[in-house]
Amino acid sequence: MKEFRFWFSEQRGTLLALGIFLAMFAVYLTNHPAIVNNGYTVQGVGNVVQTAANKGVLLALVAMAQTFVVLTAGIDLSVGAIFILANCLASYIVVGSPLTVTAGVIGVLLTGALCGAVNAAIVIFGRLQPIVATIASGAVFFGIALWLRPFPGSSPEFASGLASALTGKLFGLIPTSLVFLAAVVLLVWIPFRRSVLGRAVYAAGSSEVAAYMSGMPVRRAKFAAYVLSGVFAATAGLFLTFFTYSGEASAANGNTYTLYSIAAVVLGGVSLFGGRGSAIGAIFGALAFRAIGDLLFVFEVDPLWQPLFQGIVLLIAVSIGSARLFRVRNRLELFG
Amino acid sequence: MTDQTSAAPARLPLSQRIDLPVVTAFGCIVVLLLVGSLYSPNFLSPEYLLLQLKVGAFLGIIATGMMLVVLVGQIDLSVPWTVAVGAMMASAATSYGPMGEIFSIPFGVLCGVMIGLVNGFAVAYLRIPSMIITLAVNSVAQGLMVAYTGGFSPQDSASPAMKFLAAQSSFGVPNAVIVWFVVGALAVFLLTRTTYGRSVYGIGNKEAAAYLSGIPTQRVVMIAFALCGGLAAFGGVLLAGYSGKAAQSMGDAYLLPAIAAVVLGGTSILGGRGSYLGTVAGAILITILQSILSVMQIAEFGRQIIYGAIIVAMLLLYGRDKGMR
Amino acid sequence: MDSSDVLFRMEGISKRYGGVRALEKAELTIRAGRVHALLGENGAGKSTLIKIMSGVVAPDEGRMVLDGREVTFANPAAATDAGIVCIFQELSLIPDLSVADNIIVANPPTRFGMIDRKAQRRLAEEALARAGAEDIHPSALVKDLPLSRRQMVEIAKALARKPRLLILDEATSALTASDVEKVFRVLKRLREEGIALLYISHRMHEIAELADDCTVFRNGRNVASYEAGTKTDEQVVELMIGREYRNVFPPKPPLQPPTVQPVLEAHNLSWPPRLNGVSLTVRPGEIVGLGGLDGQGQRELLLALFGVLRGVGGEVLVDGKSTSINSPRAAKAEGIGMALIPEDRKTEGLMLPMPVRDNLSFAAMTRFARGGVIDGTAERRAIDEMVKLLAIKTDGIAVPVGSLSGGNQQKVVIAKWLMRKPRIILLNDPTRGIDVGTKQEIYALLRRLADEGAAILLYSTDYDELIGCCDRVLVMYDGAVRAELSGDGLNERALIANALNLGEGARLGASA
Repeated sequence: MKEFRFWFSEQRGTLLALGIFLAMFAVYLTNHPAIVNNGYTVQGVGNVVQTAANKGVLLALVAMAQTFVVLTAGIDLSVGAIFILANCLASYIVVGSPLTVTAGVIGVLLTGALCGAVNAAIVIFGRLQPIVATIASGAVFFGIALWLRPFPGSSPEFASGLASALTGKLFGLIPTSLVFLAAVVLLVWIPFRRSVLGRAVYAAGSSEVAAYMSGMPVRRAKFAAYVLSGVFAATAGLFLTFFTYSGEASAANGNTYTLYSIAAVVLGGVSLFGGRGSAIGAIFGALAFRAIGDLLFVFEVDPLWQPLFQGIVLLIAVSIGSARLFRVRNRLELFG
Repeated sequence: MTDQTSAAPARLPLSQRIDLPVVTAFGCIVVLLLVGSLYSPNFLSPEYLLLQLKVGAFLGIIATGMMLVVLVGQIDLSVPWTVAVGAMMASAATSYGPMGEIFSIPFGVLCGVMIGLVNGFAVAYLRIPSMIITLAVNSVAQGLMVAYTGGFSPQDSASPAMKFLAAQSSFGVPNAVIVWFVVGALAVFLLTRTTYGRSVYGIGNKEAAAYLSGIPTQRVVMIAFALCGGLAAFGGVLLAGYSGKAAQSMGDAYLLPAIAAVVLGGTSILGGRGSYLGTVAGAILITILQSILSVMQIAEFGRQIIYGAIIVAMLLLYGRDKGMR
Repeated sequence: MDSSDVLFRMEGISKRYGGVRALEKAELTIRAGRVHALLGENGAGKSTLIKIMSGVVAPDEGRMVLDGREVTFANPAAATDAGIVCIFQELSLIPDLSVADNIIVANPPTRFGMIDRKAQRRLAEEALARAGAEDIHPSALVKDLPLSRRQMVEIAKALARKPRLLILDEATSALTASDVEKVFRVLKRLREEGIALLYISHRMHEIAELADDCTVFRNGRNVASYEAGTKTDEQVVELMIGREYRNVFPPKPPLQPPTVQPVLEAHNLSWPPRLNGVSLTVRPGEIVGLGGLDGQGQRELLLALFGVLRGVGGEVLVDGKSTSINSPRAAKAEGIGMALIPEDRKTEGLMLPMPVRDNLSFAAMTRFARGGVIDGTAERRAIDEMVKLLAIKTDGIAVPVGSLSGGNQQKVVIAKWLMRKPRIILLNDPTRGIDVGTKQEIYALLRRLADEGAAILLYSTDYDELIGCCDRVLVMYDGAVRAELSGDGLNERALIANALNLGEGARLGASA
């Protein structure tokens, strides 16, 4: 029984995020006009969930990318730029026959990894602070995206078959994108977290000095974190291309996703100080954050109010998270 | 160590007093201007240089506020929409009537100070990480402004006073530069000659030690955010005066350059270290860099890449942490 | 020395940090199956030597020989692989990971590339048992454990790596007395198993009990290596400080009569679970000591008085008036005039990169400021005065305070508070890790301040200090004052007996 108590306190953030998301989604589902008007049909619910899922998965993937870096007590302000870069690149090379499409997909993911490696090199070997390093690298990545697609465009031979498959539904009910997300969690996140390298990532974020003194591969861990971040951001960009069938170097979009990924990560219980939290929590945080916009739609609130609501929800969530302040009895503990 | 009491001079020898980042930043400015002059001799003309100072003044004022927050070891990501709020609220006050016009500038700045106080309260008293609270506040500010303007471009125009300060000149010197100079002088005084300034550096270095020394650390941090918000809003007011009216998302282009200006000037992003002269150099450097890139008609994508690469290169020169061994 | 195998030898090791020579052609010979004690003041080079041995830093010159073969270590992992394991003071535990994760941190058992949690947990439980710490749950997060438990985890972690040479760097300072006993049993068992142990400590009685061989370091050099027990304590201290040593404490004045109005009084201070009803009085001109084992609430008492703790029950009176102090700012205010010399000068007392000048005036800035603006000349004058008064050795006041020696840094902390002319001075183990010469200066200073009317409350882990410096000593146990010792009753036996809360001790400690 004691065992469960330890597990529970460690997963608290993730569970909280899950709870918030489920609550919001329940409200959304029960008030959606399609459901309200037509009742609970498999078709109706399936459509509603699919649209929500597709949009949510994008942010979830970017949030997962951010999680890797935040766990090492860093921050990656270039995830949005890598996201856009992948989108623009994919609109060119994920084309043609299944063979070339596969090569294109691999190419996009490798590009993300390369961007992550560049970030890692600057932070680890250049010893620059992540916040500053990723601001600068983000500008470079975005510049490359802009070079690829100075104007929004698409390729006529784009892999529309693959795109509609991944954005469709399985068995008419479950969105494929969610299945994909679940597969990524099972096949990438969980093995990583349980691996020696994964533990070294948590250790590096918790106390880099102690991790080094304990002989943990701190450098390799941080490198892996940034590279994985790049790959996940690129995956999100790939998905965006599957939705929009085109590439657009939109600075606003990139910025938005970067900032929202930080919000999602915090909502998901990942500590900005490193060493605590889970990508699964970040996923729920992302889905919950996105659900705000959907809820506004459902309650027929003017979309003009969306930024305000998102900001207020974030404000409240973060304030609740800092409730620990009132349990602190030795004020010295408040200072890092 | 020898048995010296402070018969020794209170100042370090010159070799230790030279601030490497400040020197490097000014050096880079000179190099950039020389490189530019290869393209066109106009780069070294007084008109051009004054123009750069004028354009740089807006960034410089905003970066002043950011520097304060960075010095106490925090960050302010709500600058984009605080700038917009300052601009829009000042313009709104202008069209309110004669009384509104007189108080338009202070009103705009006050709005920024209020935003800063919210940030500061959350960071100092509720101990919410500054990155996330300023992000949220930025979003809320954006929401409020979007709702206020109904999603359209702001229609109110800037007051004559705003235009005077921002766009015109006195005795051949652009007023914006004079304003920046005054703001800068006040900032230097605040940082070097007041108890508040000492507290800022102390808190940025080791907040626990400052707290145990009896410094009102929470108040100092909150005021830093309030000043940052006020200065950002003031920057917005001036920008509105410069272009005649406010614009949606006008502040977005100033966040990253403001952070970069502060950091390139030698202020440590972790806090506790940095001189204002460095921030001045950083702001001018970025302004000139952006100007040269645009005059050389390098395409937008090239500008982004060069911009990012130069920041990384300069920071590698002097922004590094000590290694473990 | 007898002829057991030489396991490890360091020859001609030098290391410089900037202009400071931490080690100068240092030497050390360690034999298997023996406990080797390493003594020396802070700054003598012991820590640097350990860091080189355990692969944390690289030497500038010299060589290390293990089992007759020369070795170099690129990082701590390499040293550990070679069998050299160092137990630090808590520095190498990762707070957000579990005990088991921390113990089996290097080379955990894996299955399909993922860590085998069950196997890891078993190994962790074994290591904990070997260290005598079975009461620690392997799934608990390290950051939720108190300091003494964390130290035991650190020891278990070292044992799990099957060391051939085990280094303990002040490893017992955070432990309770019963933990120390358990650890000693473990260490003696390891010695019998043929493991070599290198033990660094300032506690002479621990060294006397444990050590087979001793080495004294001074100024980065090995000045003496000898078999344990062949030198007296005074001889050893002389070797450590390099000059004739007399335990010098300034003479104590007669005890204050209880009719003098106390400056500071506490009634039933409580802050569960650390403080359980502490009551005390301090009169002007008195140096009152806090004694007892580590972790009995002494630190918390000082923090509570200074306003750092929240939710403290009971009453505090200053000059007979009940006061409520809820921050250091309130504590140092004019009407109360309290000062606290904190536990860790590097993280709580000083801003290391800032100049000596800024650090010195930091707590008293308002004294030289009008309307928030600092008067540079007045500040400078006060600083010069303070530097002279405390004889702070520094290359001018514009250098970063981090470049001063430990003893001088502590002087800066004290000077910072003396600038406010405090009436109540709280000191949290002020001479820990300070060289003997500076210690004596601080003792003299404290007595002088008391003579000028200050009320001083001194927490110290050093018995000699408590006996030599203090007029009265309050021995704390489990968050309350158990005994008050003074006069002839203030001796080491009474201190220890009362610290352990033995019944007899209470009678032994009757005040004169």
